[in-house]
Amino acid sequence: MRIQPLTVGFMPLVDAAPLIVARELGFAEEEGLGLTLQSGPSWSTLRDRLVLGQIEAAHMLAPVPVAMALGLGGISTPLDALSVLSVNGNVIGLSNPVAARLYDTGFTPDFTNATAARNALAAIDGPLRIGVPFPFSMHTELLHYWLGGHGDTDPRSLDIRTIPPPLMADAIAAGEIDAFCVGEPWGSITVENGGGELLLPGAAIWNFAPEKVLAARAGWTAANPDLTGRLMRAVWKAARWLGDTSKRSTAADILAWPEYLGLPAEILERALTGRMILSRHAPARHVPRMVAFFDGAATFPWKSQGAWIGSRMARRLGLDPAWAADKAAAVFRTDLYRQHLAPLGVDMPGASEKLEGALAVPTPVASDNGTLSLGPDAFFDGRVFDPQSPG
Amino acid sequence: MPSQLTILIVEPDKTRAEAIIDSLVATGDHHIKVLAGHTGLARSVAEMNPDIVLVDIANPSRDVIEELTLASSPLERPVAMFVDRSDDSITKAAIEAGVSAYVVDGLRADRIQPVMDAAIARFHMFSRMRSELAATRRALEERKIIDRAKGILMRARNLSEDEAYALIRKTAMSQGRKIADVAQALVTAADLLS
Repeated sequence: MRIQPLTVGFMPLVDAAPLIVARELGFAEEEGLGLTLQSGPSWSTLRDRLVLGQIEAAHMLAPVPVAMALGLGGISTPLDALSVLSVNGNVIGLSNPVAARLYDTGFTPDFTNATAARNALAAIDGPLRIGVPFPFSMHTELLHYWLGGHGDTDPRSLDIRTIPPPLMADAIAAGEIDAFCVGEPWGSITVENGGGELLLPGAAIWNFAPEKVLAARAGWTAANPDLTGRLMRAVWKAARWLGDTSKRSTAADILAWPEYLGLPAEILERALTGRMILSRHAPARHVPRMVAFFDGAATFPWKSQGAWIGSRMARRLGLDPAWAADKAAAVFRTDLYRQHLAPLGVDMPGASEKLEGALAVPTPVASDNGTLSLGPDAFFDGRVFDPQSPG
Repeated sequence: MPSQLTILIVEPDKTRAEAIIDSLVATGDHHIKVLAGHTGLARSVAEMNPDIVLVDIANPSRDVIEELTLASSPLERPVAMFVDRSDDSITKAAIEAGVSAYVVDGLRADRIQPVMDAAIARFHMFSRMRSELAATRRALEERKIIDRAKGILMRARNLSEDEAYALIRKTAMSQGRKIADVAQALVTAADLLS
């Protein structure tokens, strides 16, 4: 097989692991891909490089292709979400002064109960300035879902600000923000620097939130089915490798290399192994599904996940939720996933959309080989999202 | 003469910011301001209420500007990325040159064009300067290595400097390798043997 060159962009975050592993452990080569990974300075630059064809595919915030399909944020070139690269992986952190005020109210953090944490935050005075990495991000959607209640809150009532992840630890230490929702390792780095502490994992708000997707220009995937397939298979094999939790320390060592994250493996390992340190000098705490790459059909780009993102974004920004859910579902390319991963014998779910939030425990579901189990995927408030009635 | 534009440059490097200003001044009598810091960037941009924002695509703070494209942004007038407002070629040229532009709604293309052309030319110059600097550094490094290799040969084989250089060059030519690579191999080997 002739080796085909392919350039894929990524942001230096723990959840870029499937791409990095695909290259470094030979999964790309096995599929005949000469994979070049290009680190991006910002999400917007990664998006622009993708749109202009300077890179063929990218590690991308799941809501970005959705926003583009809805005509939000300036650029509307259609992107495909080919597969989900990672599920969960974010943390919510507080500045030291806000954490202290929270404890004064008698709140005991357990890094699990999102309702208790929300009520405790509501009880302290003053507005909360919260940093997120990008306006179109799962971080933003989770915060609105969690703090905005059940829906139609005025987006301006939450003070959410964009801060690039590498600057998040400094921003909270400097008192520019009171809280953040950010992808690992930037929460752990804040803890390490003593600038704040961690309150909740993103998974406490939604047990199974599609965080990053493998994105490519829709025109490119249509014109290059062979390359698209090779890339998707290489990344899927990397995800399967990462699904074996005994490999996660090795993954942390690779991610630590200067061309990738260039940060101590010990810090990257926390999210990868689910052993999180919530405040300086605190013992490690086990967090189930802190970040997931494979189990529970994590890589499958459920149309209902897209629909959830689309309808939430629409509510927030004054668009029609049903229209947005349809547009968003079309971005999540279950058809390409089935087509290109079939040669690997991947056990495919029978359906391409599902109720989101209906499973409290891992549950066997109908699939081609009968080995698939989904969930838990519950929301903190117990609500269930039906993609057929997204209003 | 159309009324002047308010142009905001987000650039932490003072010298670069001044160079960009110089290039824009030639395109008209504009109000040009520079923001260096990350702190409170979105709010500062909103207060200045610019017509055009220019930011290096390598600047991580670009994502903060992206917030201004939202309807709920703190800016009174919505901003779009330039990409949606013009033909692909100029956007492509801008991104390739390394500059991204955000433009308020309703600004006519013929008013944006000269500003963009000047900015693109200036950013091309920056990237040329960067390449030149890198090339100069590399040349300097290579010269140091070749000097060390010559020294090793002069001592080991009792050659003159010219003879040592001729030997390295001859070896490089016969092996189809670069002179610097042969010199590097010799230096590495000598380090291992010493």
